[in-house]
Amino acid sequence: MAIRVLGWLAVLALLAGLGAAFGYAPREAVQGNVQRIMYLHVPAVLTAYLAFALVFAGSLGYLLTRRPGWDRLALAAAEPGVLFTGITIASGSIWGKPTWGTWWTWDARLTSTAVLFLVYVGYLLLRGMIDEPDRRARAAAVVGILGAANIPIVHFSVKWWRALHQPSTILGPEPSPIAAPIALALFVNWVAFTLLLFYLLAKRTEIARLEDMHAG
Amino acid sequence: MVQAQHLRKTYGPTRVLDDVSLTLVAGEGVTLLGPNGTGKTTLLRILATLQRPTSGSLSIGGVDAVKVPEAVRGAVDMVGHGSWVYEDLTAIENLRFWTTLGGHDAARARLKGALESVELDTVADQRARTFSAGMKRRLALARVLLGRARLLLLDEPFTGLDRAGRKWLAEFLLAFKAQGGAVIVATHSFDAGAGVADRVSILAGGRIVLDRPAASLALDDLRRLYDELAAGPVIAS
Amino acid sequence: MRRAWIVVWKDVLSERRSKETLNALVFFALLLLFVFQFALGPDRARVEAALPGLLWIAFVLAGLLAFGRTFLVERENDCWEGLVLAPGDRSAIYLGKLAGNMLLMAMVEAALLILFALFFSLDFTAALPALALVLVLGTFGLAAVGTLFGALTAQLRARELLFPVLLLPAVVPVLLGAVTATQTVLAGQPLASASSWVTLLAAADVVYLVVGLLTFEFVLEG
Repeated sequence: MAIRVLGWLAVLALLAGLGAAFGYAPREAVQGNVQRIMYLHVPAVLTAYLAFALVFAGSLGYLLTRRPGWDRLALAAAEPGVLFTGITIASGSIWGKPTWGTWWTWDARLTSTAVLFLVYVGYLLLRGMIDEPDRRARAAAVVGILGAANIPIVHFSVKWWRALHQPSTILGPEPSPIAAPIALALFVNWVAFTLLLFYLLAKRTEIARLEDMHAG
Repeated sequence: MVQAQHLRKTYGPTRVLDDVSLTLVAGEGVTLLGPNGTGKTTLLRILATLQRPTSGSLSIGGVDAVKVPEAVRGAVDMVGHGSWVYEDLTAIENLRFWTTLGGHDAARARLKGALESVELDTVADQRARTFSAGMKRRLALARVLLGRARLLLLDEPFTGLDRAGRKWLAEFLLAFKAQGGAVIVATHSFDAGAGVADRVSILAGGRIVLDRPAASLALDDLRRLYDELAAGPVIAS
Repeated sequence: MRRAWIVVWKDVLSERRSKETLNALVFFALLLLFVFQFALGPDRARVEAALPGLLWIAFVLAGLLAFGRTFLVERENDCWEGLVLAPGDRSAIYLGKLAGNMLLMAMVEAALLILFALFFSLDFTAALPALALVLVLGTFGLAAVGTLFGALTAQLRARELLFPVLLLPAVVPVLLGAVTATQTVLAGQPLASASSWVTLLAAADVVYLVVGLLTFEFVLEG
């Protein structure tokens, strides 16, 4: 029941976010309407990071307690995490095409996010290859923990590498001084994505629990 | 010494072990009989803390082996299908490795003594690649001697041994029991553990279907019971 | 740690007798050299410009092969269970295997440098001490994760596929740092000018080592 309410809340918030992004927020002076993709791009990456933090928590929890609930949390968070990371990359790429003329730039955030994407797709692949639940949970937990510990290291290494090879650009999807209406639209969308994440989490852990029950 | 209660092991939909309970005291030997593929190896691996049971409890020497397997590992040793022999190393080098890894004294004299006990001292400096299956098993037993195991688990230890080899192994196990160790021999041939076992248990359909003192069973009775129970209907899961 | 040392001793002895891995890896390095030459063409300036990247591509590829085989000797000889049942702190086994891998990679990398110097008429001697430091820091990062993931995938059917898939994204920072620092060193600049990268490498090494030490026992079970 509570999950259903959560689901509807998420839908409402997403609609509100959509409205805020296209109706309420002003058209950006320099980039025009394509800049509105930020309302998708930024909340997506923030939610992805939240998801991967939950993967870390689930991984740690399983190794410490061996309770399958933690492993289910890790799995349930990894899938949307990969999804939101994909959205981040896709939206960044879509923004890049009219702005830079290319589908891909080795921009610091895009590259970091792409590496993150690869790490967690590997995580899901690993999970898919092990049938025994305890083995699978332990192996995934180790990869999840290393992946999470690596996030800041990847972030800095890519940022510095990018600074070496190309001058840093002020032009990004987010404009430098953030005006109040823009901030509000961002916030609404971020809340919407977070609600969506929790809805997906709740549903996925439930499905995983039923799968485990059926198997055992 | 060993108390296993209501052990269950499932791999997805397959239930390999279903409500297995087993007790051993120090100095006791049990033959675990069962046809191949009925979960003997799985049970042994769980007792060795190589695998966790899906449910159930296991205590070895009074310690909860499911919660803290690390605390128990020094007291358990296993001679399974693989005998843990590095083929590129010599017999004595193999012993030196496993003994040091186990945290025991690996002085050359001690290692040689163990090789003498298993009659492998003549090939101490020969690479294990040249050893027969029986020799590798004896090397594994030398390794056991150098450790501090109180519980010894053996999986089909008599296969591939000739008459002299079987006699030798039986004497080894009796000596191990005499020093207070407990032994479980898993086998599918009903006469393999004769002379060593104090009790016989039959594992069929994932359950212990018989558990009797060896002395109370004549060999023919045992054979009849074994054929009956082992070939009987598998207990539905 | 006596137990870590005995693992190294055992692996060195096994390798010395079987001579499988080191010979094959050095030969692989030689082949890579030819691949690079054919891929980049006869223009020596191109090879020199790409040198830091080429070196590290070679090291990573050799590492993929070497680290994937970390527990091969245990698998082939049916000794994996023996490691699992070893009493005491299992991180000693991780350290021993890591040290063994570092030794192996040190030899492969030395061989590769010599081969590069020979075939492309390059002179590394001026940059050698700083280069050695970068090589050690970078290889340690690769090996720390490689040994951990090598153990993780050791018992899996799909290990040849899964091991590179898991390892490569995880060592991206090491690659970036090592290539940049190598570039600095080979250009004749003092290592201090790449100090932030060296620090990053060292920090990454520490993080990977700690994660490896803490999680290895969970990998080695069952």
